[in-house]
Amino acid sequence: MIAFSRLSGIARSKGDPKVLRTGPSSLGGADRLARGLGWFSIGLGLTELLAPRLITRAVGLRGREGLVRAFGVRELGHGVLSLSVDKQAGLWSRVAGDVLDIVAVLPALSPANRKHGNAELALIMLLGVTVLDVLAAQGVSARHRRPPTGWRSYSDRSGFPQGAERARGAARRDFQTASDTQAPPAIAPGVA
Amino acid sequence: MKALVWHGKEDIRCDQVSDPEIEDPRDAIVKVTSCAICGSDLHLFHNFIPAMLPGDIMGHEMMGEVMEVGSAAKGKLKVGDRIVVPFTIICGECDQCKRGNFSVCERTNRKKELASKVFGHPTAGLFGYTHLTGGYPGGQAEYLRVPFADATHIKVPDSLKDEQVLFLGDIFPTGWQAAVQCDIEPTDTVAIWGCGPVGQMAIRSAVLLGAKQVVAIDCIPERLSMAEAGGAITINFEEESVVGRLNDLTSGKGPEKCIDAIGLEAHVTPTQPDTLLDRAKQMVMLESDRPHVLREMIYVCRTAGTISIPGVYGGLVDKFPMGLAMNKGLTFRMGQTHVNRWTDDLLRRIEEGQIDPSFVITHTVRLEDGPEMYKVFRDKQDSCVKVVLKP
Repeated sequence: MIAFSRLSGIARSKGDPKVLRTGPSSLGGADRLARGLGWFSIGLGLTELLAPRLITRAVGLRGREGLVRAFGVRELGHGVLSLSVDKQAGLWSRVAGDVLDIVAVLPALSPANRKHGNAELALIMLLGVTVLDVLAAQGVSARHRRPPTGWRSYSDRSGFPQGAERARGAARRDFQTASDTQAPPAIAPGVA
Repeated sequence: MKALVWHGKEDIRCDQVSDPEIEDPRDAIVKVTSCAICGSDLHLFHNFIPAMLPGDIMGHEMMGEVMEVGSAAKGKLKVGDRIVVPFTIICGECDQCKRGNFSVCERTNRKKELASKVFGHPTAGLFGYTHLTGGYPGGQAEYLRVPFADATHIKVPDSLKDEQVLFLGDIFPTGWQAAVQCDIEPTDTVAIWGCGPVGQMAIRSAVLLGAKQVVAIDCIPERLSMAEAGGAITINFEEESVVGRLNDLTSGKGPEKCIDAIGLEAHVTPTQPDTLLDRAKQMVMLESDRPHVLREMIYVCRTAGTISIPGVYGGLVDKFPMGLAMNKGLTFRMGQTHVNRWTDDLLRRIEEGQIDPSFVITHTVRLEDGPEMYKVFRDKQDSCVKVVLKP
């Protein structure tokens, strides 16, 4: 990361401070995991979209290329959402997507499928990824959750040392609105 | 020195960086004694405003003590002066500065070519706010180089605490300008969307300027409680209809004056479906800003009313109801804050005890705790409204 900071130094002047040593980040471990899973989704989504036969052939599900392509589009959606500020939604959408993936691979576990060994391996991988997704989603949700209760009341913070009532209209006595922000005056009396 | 440095989306770090140096005779070096995290820093945190680069120092709300003064600034500043640094860098000499339009100073944006390509014409240089506005290092740091320092400062007396004057650099004049732009009359209802720090300052400003009623709109209970303490009637938009309540409060006519203290990141909620669509478009870069508040203001504002926009927008908005705005004869006033245009007057009001802006501070922490506080502030955890950092 410091390399990027140094590279961007070409956009700075000689008196501007330059990064010498990086410190702790606002990104937590759960955020970084979410980012990693987001990029994984993008990679997997592109593979499913562009080379579905690789996948159907590997697990013995020939003829299901259309479904794999659709899953690819869905996976890209998970990726974009997981890489966004709303990463909790992205990660939970990945969990839902994992369930769909597992359901889709179940028919390939039939002993009649010559590639059922590969399908079993795919299922194990899917279960592992699901566990990782659930852990990441829980971690990110916990890190960024705003507790629904326990908020502090600031009802004693008026900002007016002499009281809110005394403040009302206090600036009207000595503040002249500049001509560039004045509303046009009424052309008849008694307008409210 | 230590500084809070942007490394990418949601990635702010407290880094060790080299000290700033005087480059120009009009520069000064300031030892920062207090700085703050602003709501608009979150737009950078989320990478919604373009042209941030890894290694950029954050922060545009800061104050401190002058440590070194360039030869051309010596008439106006001296070592030891206590100053608040306005977030807009100003020359004080160009046509716009002479008109008081300091946020569009014609000389201080050192990346004019880039800004001209994007904006048509360059705006002023800003501290810690992307390379479109000069790429100047910000003040969430131990030291800050202030360019054009002979004009870009607000001297403050020792009798006032940092917390009382720090916000003269941004949120207080921003809220004030938002209210002043409305030209508030004693019969006016002023509706303010957003009870974050700028919204809170706009509420107090509208009260000081004598609005008949001030209505504050948000969904965060602690912020609504602070708004109510400042004299506002509050609307929690997750519990009731904003349009319905505003019409009820104004005999069905709508508020004369509307202030958008939210900007490009309107709250996303299923109760307002346009916010979901905006968020989806923003995610795939079909739209840069979420303008729900603008749409609602234009809809509910009284005919021939005024819409004031201190909230930051970064680029393009969709489904902007221009037909409503035109047919209703609305006036729009907006812009980055012309900070120095207002600060003499506001400093006097603080000294006289009319207002004490420190009411908004909920967290005071060390600079090193800054990265974590970005998260706390963004996620509105621990009832956080305003964070002050002490380098």
